[in-house]
Amino acid sequence: MALATPSQSVPPRRNFSWLHSPSWDWLGLVPFLTFIAVFLLFPGLVIVQRSLFDSEGRLTWQYWQSLSQAAITLAYTNSLQVSVITAVSGGLIGSMLTWAITLGGLPAGIRSAVLSFAGVAANFSGIPLVFAFVALLGRIGLLNQWLRPLGVALDPQVFLYGFWGLCIVYTYFQIPLTVLVLVPAFQGLRREWREAAENLGATSTQFWLYVGLPVLMPSLLGAFALLFVNALSTYATAVALLGGVGQVFAVTVVVANQFRTDTFGDPGLGYALAASMILVIGATIAVYMVSRRWAEQWRR
Amino acid sequence: MGGESTGKVGKLGIPTRFWAWLWLGIAAVYLFLPLVAMVWASIRSPTGIRLDAYGEVLRAPRFLETFGFSTQAAIITILISAALVVPTAYWVDLKLPRLRPLVEFLTVVPLVIPPLLMTFGLIRLFNNTPLTNSNQGLYIMMLGAYVIISFPFMYRAVDAGMQAVNLRVLTEAAQSLGASWITVLTQVVVPNLLVAILNGSFVTFAMILGEFTISSLLNQPAFSPYMLDLSSRRGDQATALGVISIALTWGSISLLQLVGRKQTFKG
Repeated sequence: MALATPSQSVPPRRNFSWLHSPSWDWLGLVPFLTFIAVFLLFPGLVIVQRSLFDSEGRLTWQYWQSLSQAAITLAYTNSLQVSVITAVSGGLIGSMLTWAITLGGLPAGIRSAVLSFAGVAANFSGIPLVFAFVALLGRIGLLNQWLRPLGVALDPQVFLYGFWGLCIVYTYFQIPLTVLVLVPAFQGLRREWREAAENLGATSTQFWLYVGLPVLMPSLLGAFALLFVNALSTYATAVALLGGVGQVFAVTVVVANQFRTDTFGDPGLGYALAASMILVIGATIAVYMVSRRWAEQWRR
Repeated sequence: MGGESTGKVGKLGIPTRFWAWLWLGIAAVYLFLPLVAMVWASIRSPTGIRLDAYGEVLRAPRFLETFGFSTQAAIITILISAALVVPTAYWVDLKLPRLRPLVEFLTVVPLVIPPLLMTFGLIRLFNNTPLTNSNQGLYIMMLGAYVIISFPFMYRAVDAGMQAVNLRVLTEAAQSLGASWITVLTQVVVPNLLVAILNGSFVTFAMILGEFTISSLLNQPAFSPYMLDLSSRRGDQATALGVISIALTWGSISLLQLVGRKQTFKG
């Protein structure tokens, strides 16, 4: 179709054919590409480059090695754990919700309502989200008000302002993100497969074990990768919930602390830390892209 | 999709539907209870329901300042973003379809590169230049970062709008009538993509109103950093402000979905 259209319909003025040859068309992208380069590409490259070269321009591993100090490994370990836990918890609730609205036989209105809500809630992070959870689980929060008649008082210092607090709050935006990512995959589970399995005498469990889950597996893996990156990159939510203490639990808060003052008295450390995050995120996104290609084989 | 429905599905109908409602309920509790608690916290008082916190916070001069600041930044961002994305997407569609995957990829990158790292790189890249040594410079840097994070949404919206109308044919029609590129862009492309651009604009607006990382790290007096700052002094007011900000962002996104739906009905 694209091949048929050009040449004849060109206006008569267009006989400066050298000007319109393909080699000049890319000029139209210059403003956009320049913007991307200045504000996205170069900042990223600067991080990677300066994590590997010292101020005199010599290649060095010293900054990357300084990542092994206790404060950094603690933040990293906690961050990775929070990311895995919330990718699993948010992924689980999100997958079941996706299943409920696609194959669970709920009224059609509910599906579109959940999808609309998911589109909004997936972007709901940061300050107001933390306010909401403090209003629910905080010292004078709704939960404690409900429990008061029973003589129970939960101490939010234990479960909200720390590792588990991050897990609880992050799970909130992981659920709708899972829905958005997985709905196409669940819709791709064809009814014929289910019917074929049932006609052959398969139980529901057998269907899911031998057909449903294997077909969904690449999509689930891809969703997991995306959720993992999403949690690992979260900064606003962590700092709103934990403030400065956040640097024990979130590696993003450590990076932010490197902004104005080099907290650890080591300017290269900030670069190495940021570069290591880019590395982890890049690797995880590669997993996501591979899994997506793998998932497409079922959607022909 | 195309398969004919048989009565067989109903065999497991009742238990399936029960589990579906159960999981919907679990998710609904997780997603709605915090919001309910937040609204409740913003209006409760020892003597009953009071809306004082809302009145106080809306009258606070700092609220108007920061809200105005973020609104202005959002509008400028939307204008720059649309001015970059619309011609680019159009040009790729028309002239460079082979570069489409590259441009698409570049617009999605900001979704996975955290704003934190982008800002960190920016501030170190332009260290000791006018961009970091003055407040105007930091403001420009913030706008640049905002435009970058708006790209995924703006591009997707504009690209989807472009697929819906056949701009190639419209362009050729306009050109054969003797229209210049500028005329084509302003008289043909933009009017046909207006709803799509509005879509992208609403999301961008909502996102920038709630944006915290970039503005706080660049020391800009934006809305979200103010909200967090307020929470350490006046918890009730901050919570009321949180409710207002959610209502605004979710309202603007719902408006978008309404506009989008109208558009599809017409088409």
